[in-house]
Amino acid sequence: MSDISEIRMQVMWNRLISVVEEQALTLLRTAFSTSVRESGDLSAGVFDPRGQMLAQAVTGTPGHVNTMAEAVLHFMNAIPREEMFEGDTYVTNDPWLGTGHLHDITMVSPSFLNGELVAFFACTAHVVDVGGRGFGADGKSVYEEGIQIPIMKFAEKGKVNLDLVRILRANVREPNQVVGDFYSLAACNEVGHRRLVDMMRETDLTSLDGLRDFIFSRTRDAMLERIKALPKGSWSNELVTDGYDAPVKLAATVSVRDDHVEVDFTGTDPMSRWGINCPIIYSKAYACYALKCMVAPDIPNNAASLAFFTVSSPINILNAVRPAPVALRHIFGHMVPDLVLGAFSKALPGKILAEGAGALWNIHISARPAAGGQGRRAEVLMFNSGGMGARPELDGLSATAFPSGVHTMPIEATEHTGPIVIWRKELRPNSGGDGEFRGGLGQIIEIAATDGHEFDFSAMFDRVNHPAHGREGGKPGVAGVVKLDDGTKMRPKGWQHVPAGRRLILELPGGGGYGDPTRRSAAARANDRSKGYITEDDR
Amino acid sequence: MTSRSDDIRLGADIGGTFTDIALDVRGEMFSTKVLTNYAAPEQAILDGIDVVIRDAGISAADIGIIIHGTTLATNALIERRGARTALVTTEGFRDVIEMRTENRFEQYDLNLQLPTPLIPREDRFTVKGRIGAEGQELQPLDEAGLEVIADRIAAGNFGSVAIGFIHAYANPDHERRAREILSRKLSIPISISAEVSPQMREFERFNTVCANAYVRPQMADYLARLQTRLKDMGAECPVFMIHSGGGLISVETASEFPVRLVESGPAGGAIFAADIARRFGLEKVVSYDMGGTTAKICLIEDFAPRTARTFEVARTYRFSKGSGMPISIPVIEMIEIGAGGGSIAWVDAMGRIQTGPESAGSEPGPACYGRGGKRPAITDADLVLGKLDPDNFAGGAIKLDTSASEQAILRDVGERLSLNAMATAFGICEVVDENMANAARVHAVENGKNISDNLMIAFGGAAPLHAARLCEKLGIDQCIVPKGAGVGSAIGFLKAPFGYEALASKLTRLSRFNPAEVNALLADLKASAEGFVRTGASGNIVCEITAFMRYAGQGWEIPVPLSDEPFGDDAVAKLKALFEENYQRFFGRAIEGLDGLEIEIVTWSVKATDVRPAVTRHELTTGSKTSEPTTTRAVFDPATGAQQTYGIVERDALRAGDRVAGPAVIVERETSTVVTTSFDAVIQSDGAILLIRKGSQA
Repeated sequence: MSDISEIRMQVMWNRLISVVEEQALTLLRTAFSTSVRESGDLSAGVFDPRGQMLAQAVTGTPGHVNTMAEAVLHFMNAIPREEMFEGDTYVTNDPWLGTGHLHDITMVSPSFLNGELVAFFACTAHVVDVGGRGFGADGKSVYEEGIQIPIMKFAEKGKVNLDLVRILRANVREPNQVVGDFYSLAACNEVGHRRLVDMMRETDLTSLDGLRDFIFSRTRDAMLERIKALPKGSWSNELVTDGYDAPVKLAATVSVRDDHVEVDFTGTDPMSRWGINCPIIYSKAYACYALKCMVAPDIPNNAASLAFFTVSSPINILNAVRPAPVALRHIFGHMVPDLVLGAFSKALPGKILAEGAGALWNIHISARPAAGGQGRRAEVLMFNSGGMGARPELDGLSATAFPSGVHTMPIEATEHTGPIVIWRKELRPNSGGDGEFRGGLGQIIEIAATDGHEFDFSAMFDRVNHPAHGREGGKPGVAGVVKLDDGTKMRPKGWQHVPAGRRLILELPGGGGYGDPTRRSAAARANDRSKGYITEDDR
Repeated sequence: MTSRSDDIRLGADIGGTFTDIALDVRGEMFSTKVLTNYAAPEQAILDGIDVVIRDAGISAADIGIIIHGTTLATNALIERRGARTALVTTEGFRDVIEMRTENRFEQYDLNLQLPTPLIPREDRFTVKGRIGAEGQELQPLDEAGLEVIADRIAAGNFGSVAIGFIHAYANPDHERRAREILSRKLSIPISISAEVSPQMREFERFNTVCANAYVRPQMADYLARLQTRLKDMGAECPVFMIHSGGGLISVETASEFPVRLVESGPAGGAIFAADIARRFGLEKVVSYDMGGTTAKICLIEDFAPRTARTFEVARTYRFSKGSGMPISIPVIEMIEIGAGGGSIAWVDAMGRIQTGPESAGSEPGPACYGRGGKRPAITDADLVLGKLDPDNFAGGAIKLDTSASEQAILRDVGERLSLNAMATAFGICEVVDENMANAARVHAVENGKNISDNLMIAFGGAAPLHAARLCEKLGIDQCIVPKGAGVGSAIGFLKAPFGYEALASKLTRLSRFNPAEVNALLADLKASAEGFVRTGASGNIVCEITAFMRYAGQGWEIPVPLSDEPFGDDAVAKLKALFEENYQRFFGRAIEGLDGLEIEIVTWSVKATDVRPAVTRHELTTGSKTSEPTTTRAVFDPATGAQQTYGIVERDALRAGDRVAGPAVIVERETSTVVTTSFDAVIQSDGAILLIRKGSQA
């Protein structure tokens, strides 16, 4: 390849990434749910006509990123090529064909240039409601968790399927937000398509084949080099989490082979009766994310880079099958990186961070007027993060999402969505595990309904009974707490009630420490005290 | 008695290293550069004014208007050199500026470090009192608690206070009351978020008010001193400040809201570049402004710089989005990195050459200035490579000491890497050029553009030294180095339209739209915008009216341009149609058939601008007559990796249409333009230099 065409390809690769960035930005700018517009719980990407992912927006979260990568193939299986037209957009929320639960809507749009199919655009976002029991762990099967949309057309030749819209409106609690988000997803693919066509016209391309070959061959070479540099062998790890009503054990074996890395979840506990099961597509997404952080943090995500990771599992809670309830699949999905990295720490001692809070502390609030009164009903969703594990040379990040890639919602935006008040959202002192490097702090959140209102909330919390372990002699992080302001203890999972006038208090878990605490520098300890990260004198 | 004349205008731009002055006397331009004076920034302006008025043969009293911009506020934020500031905030929200968005801006880097908050945790005070989302009071302000906080702040060594309360954009009463109580015991300035940045989203708003408070004491002092000193020298004309959005504000407003001056110098540069783009009819331009402390890169499409309502200063991580401090004010959108002539070169733990963001500034300055600087700066490397003439820098005002540069480069960088001075200097320049190229690519990518499709316009003292190499790295074939490139921002200030944007945030659903009410509101906005423009312009004024609209429930608005006429009975239908049309243009499809989904207007904007005379159009020329250099100098050539004989040409000796073959250096009073071996230079009809890649067409 000549220098000029090499540079041309590099530029177009960058350009393709900026096309999908703009696609993602459109979703942020047009969405209705705060989970999308404020938190970026979304993903966007471009695929070749064979359904291979070429590029993905950096904006987004790993659980969507790596699941959507496989979703396009399912759409191609369901909708024959001859039924695909310009202006079409396809949709599903099937947990096993999409991203693991009904709340995520995935849309795929074919992109045509001069009548030829040149690409697909896909995007995914988490909407605030899909009906059923609401976003929580209490469904006994996926049928109780909300409306199921099999792969179908949201729009054909530019015309929206208004029957689907009507069914949707009748089945969800916040019809305007949800339907608005459907339009927003379709708009995001449309903008991606327009930018792609601009790029191809400017550069006189009629197909993306050459660019795809360039992207995949460069990616493959870089990935192979990284995997060659890893120690070879198999390492196992187990992690015990809170579960719904009994602890759940997760197990993984990581095997580094000459030209790929395998993860197997044999040994993990069986499927749960509760909605905390995880379809393997989502477990895999987070396993790949952890591997990629270790092996190739700088190599762009695409079909070629993901092909180096394989994931297998017997049927269990990390490989749940239909019709298992899966609404809260994110909790164990978010634990998978700690599980996989723990195995990796045996292969690469001294290089892997301590365990952290792991799962986001999502809370779904269903607010309504107190019995007999007047007021507002609303569904409110918040994403909150505990502390990240300490790193081999650095303290853990406090109140920072890991492994998830979402943002928290501004509380000002959250309070606009319903009759609730967030009275407190600040760092939780003394919650990081001690060590040469301290675990990140969790945070404390206090929530009440406004006067005349009460609320139910769906708890989706973990590390309440099983705090994050430290590494290399570091102490565990402090466990989470769920209670009311009168001291009433609440459960970490399931729908529960908070009466008018009471506040719900969430104390999010801290990250584990790294290294022997006696080695922590005096300066770091003094800084912890002057900033109030630590308020006890006995540490 | 005054001889003030409206067609004598002076622009003054304080950068981190140089202070640039441009004086326009009825179309004739006089300019100079003087070293920025950190202890008394106004002194450099006065010194510069002395030079240009002498050159122009006028007196200070003749000047009709002074327009001023400065990076003092930006640099104070980047280098964390502001006042010790206390943040007073709502109880329960002490850590908003520390917890940020709870997101990692780089997903795959497990050793990521987040930027340190501007105000450390121990300086953040909380008080009871709470406003709700609809602006209603949920809990009264704890006034007794504020008294205690006032005592604690008074006892601490604080220079400034920021107040940021939850939902203050919806109801500023608590913030105002808190300011009242604190100001009884404190004599330091107090900034409140409802005035500095009345926008929803607490992290961005709090951070913006903190930044405002942080730079306010030094900026207010400085602006007061400047006005006094100008009057003392006889310049009684009005002084206006250029703000980050490229418009003008009064000095009084700027003293109270100095965060609006962040990026004001670079905004002037972008206006300068936009003016040149218009002059040559160039639709795709990337402006490249490299001064002493930073480099700024801005995309200019269809003769207008891109604008935004929020931006980040001081990005800390490979220029990544999310790694800086968010500031929510209207700005010209650009990327800025710590790469200027004064940026210090050093070696990191892995033995790699690094440059900036620390800058030698003007004091002590690069080693070659002989002002006490011992550490090697980019200018030192440029000098060692032969790009600068030691006897003719800044018009000969500063004699450069090449051996001091060599010593500094060897001691801090070369010896650690076992490289000689020339190779080390080459390495330093390559690193800084690559950093700038990378920033330019990132900026273009973030905007979905291909950087190599653009023509570059290079200005600022150091840019012409690096522009040709940067173009080589970016695949750009043409670059204009305009006349006055060394003082581009200061000239840009004079081109800034005399404009003012008046905004009113008033959530209005179309179903409850009242034409009479809105007409009255818009009339008020027009009066205030036009009134401001009248203080500095006497000609015609045009008003652009924009409604920022969305579907109720969305979090972001789209601008919907409206015609400048009052609303009648058909207003709702008209607005709905216009919104849907614009929405469709942005996003492909308006939302159809929804029960009860409302459209709402979030903000009204009236932008008044004076009507400017049309620019004289020039065509780019590739030249006819080849001009031979009079002397030569050995210059290290980056593409060939060896010293080459560069022709040396005086810019003043060149005429329109002259073509100079690279390699060459074109020297002038304020800067030098390096023409690398792969470029030629052609003088344009307006005196600009066009760098054109050999073999390519204009």
